[in-house]
Amino acid sequence: MVSVQDVSITYRTTFERRPTMKDALLRFGRGQRAVREVHAVRDVSFDVAQGTVLGIVGSNGAGKSTLVRAVAGILPPTAGRIEVRGKVSTLLALGVGFNGNMSGQENVMLGGLAAGYTREEILARYDEIADFADLGDFIEMPMRTYSSGMYSRLAFAVAVHMDPDILLVDEALSAGDAKFKERAAAKMKELVGQSRTMFLVSHALSSIQELCNDSIWLNKGELMMRGAPTDVVKEYTKFVKVERNALTLEDV
Amino acid sequence: MSNPRTVPQDDYLGEFHVYAPHKAGLPPLRTYFHELWRRREFAVEMSRAQVRASNANTVFGIFWNILNPVLLASVYFLLVVVLSRGAARESWYFSYIVAGLFSFYFVARSMSGGASSVTSAGRIIMNTAFPRLLLPLSAVSISFRRFLPTLLVYAAIAFATGTGIPPTAVLAIPMLLLIVMFATGMAMLLATVQVYFRDTKSFLPYVTRIWLYTSPVLYPITFYDRLPEALQVVARLNPLYSLVGGWSDLLVRGELIPASMWISAALWSVGVLVVGALVFISRERDFAVRL
Ligand SMILES: Nc1ncnc2c1ncn2[C@@H]1O[C@H](COP(=O)(O)OP(=O)(O)OP(=O)(O)O)[C@@H](O)[C@H]1O
Ligand SMILES: [Mg+2]
Repeated sequence: MVSVQDVSITYRTTFERRPTMKDALLRFGRGQRAVREVHAVRDVSFDVAQGTVLGIVGSNGAGKSTLVRAVAGILPPTAGRIEVRGKVSTLLALGVGFNGNMSGQENVMLGGLAAGYTREEILARYDEIADFADLGDFIEMPMRTYSSGMYSRLAFAVAVHMDPDILLVDEALSAGDAKFKERAAAKMKELVGQSRTMFLVSHALSSIQELCNDSIWLNKGELMMRGAPTDVVKEYTKFVKVERNALTLEDV
Repeated sequence: MSNPRTVPQDDYLGEFHVYAPHKAGLPPLRTYFHELWRRREFAVEMSRAQVRASNANTVFGIFWNILNPVLLASVYFLLVVVLSRGAARESWYFSYIVAGLFSFYFVARSMSGGASSVTSAGRIIMNTAFPRLLLPLSAVSISFRRFLPTLLVYAAIAFATGTGIPPTAVLAIPMLLLIVMFATGMAMLLATVQVYFRDTKSFLPYVTRIWLYTSPVLYPITFYDRLPEALQVVARLNPLYSLVGGWSDLLVRGELIPASMWISAALWSVGVLVVGALVFISRERDFAVRL
């Protein structure tokens, strides 16, 4: 269903806080170039079959989010090829594509339309989304008034209700409260039960082991290991030499 | 999901996506525009939401939207009448300034809205895959929504001042289309430049101001005949000379414009639109890593 073939992704960025013409001219005057390359993903290949719940583990900066964004079609690979069959819904770090000046309701509509759903499809799901996010009146308020937990609740609700063939989840619930985490975990299990294809990026190794039936481990952009979640988690924890218990959080 | 699948089996579902490095910087354009067209509702919803956010749908908001350009036109009218010591006394003169300003501000707003369309879109760029061209297009549609009601204001002014609407105004419609194309191209170009140079938007007001004074908005195009020969050539190269100048001539003065003006207007608008779209599309996959 998803096939990642020899994919490398390189960021080319200027390490200025805010690129401006003034700085560019000044730099040009000094003959400098401020572009730096970050090889976020290096030559990674794997295939994922329909119904796989793939856990992705790795330390900070390992390239997990980058890889998931590439599968979602947001970042084009620098080299290699990614094939995806089916409709993708993303639940990436820090919310869906929300605009702070618009209400939650408007954002749900705009995000859905941008993702290629029709107005009717979104309206048909809207009540479920609002119910699941359970934000009360805040759904009508500008999103800049939301707390980060409220943000991620709405993002989670949108992603899981958009009925995708492939759901990409990148550290979705780090900010939700205990009650919501429980509900979200239940929802995730329900989705897993429907043999839907999922990518799950998480630092919560226990939930990787609990939910996933396959997993990969990335380190500094390279694919270190592919295999059963228990084995991968075991190797990964051995590698980073941290106590398993210290990482066993309830995040999804 | 407990509810049955409601997504129709269109070409998007069950679709086969391939992501590979784009050759020559451009994605497959057919698919790109197909995907773009499918999302046209986004632009509509975006402008609706923005209008709501800026209170432009309240009574006072609408009133302000109309009053603001009229006041502006009055200020410029007085200024020009004073500067020219009352020489500009043709009856159509006030209408002329109003018509020119309204169309000029449509272009200017598309430019400033377009410039910030990508950089202010926030996380939607990072987290959703969609043709980014939607963002500057939405900006243009927002400024067009603000432009349309001003046409009614113009009509009211034209009748009140006795200018009326001449028959040539029919030809102002294709000219408006060209203006929209031009504005769209500029919005795309500026959106791209703004991603790389975040101070673009702060230069924009000055550029717009200078452009206003060098375009036939506050003075009719006949004014150009009085310029020295060399300057005339340069002044007529200004895209707004044929676009806004032609628009006002057709709509206000009721004069047919020469074919050369049509050609120059068409070349400018098509050229800027195509170049803007290509520049934007070829750079847009870079946006996600630069915000
Ligand atoms: N927009 C960007 N511009 C430049 N470099 C980036 C950008 N985003 C990420 N990187 C770099 O790419 C590498 C991989 O980042 P990525 O976000 O994929 O890591 P991650 O595995 O998701 O980490 P985390 O566990 O912290 O979420 C890092 O070295 C990071 O510095
Ligand atoms: Mg990450």
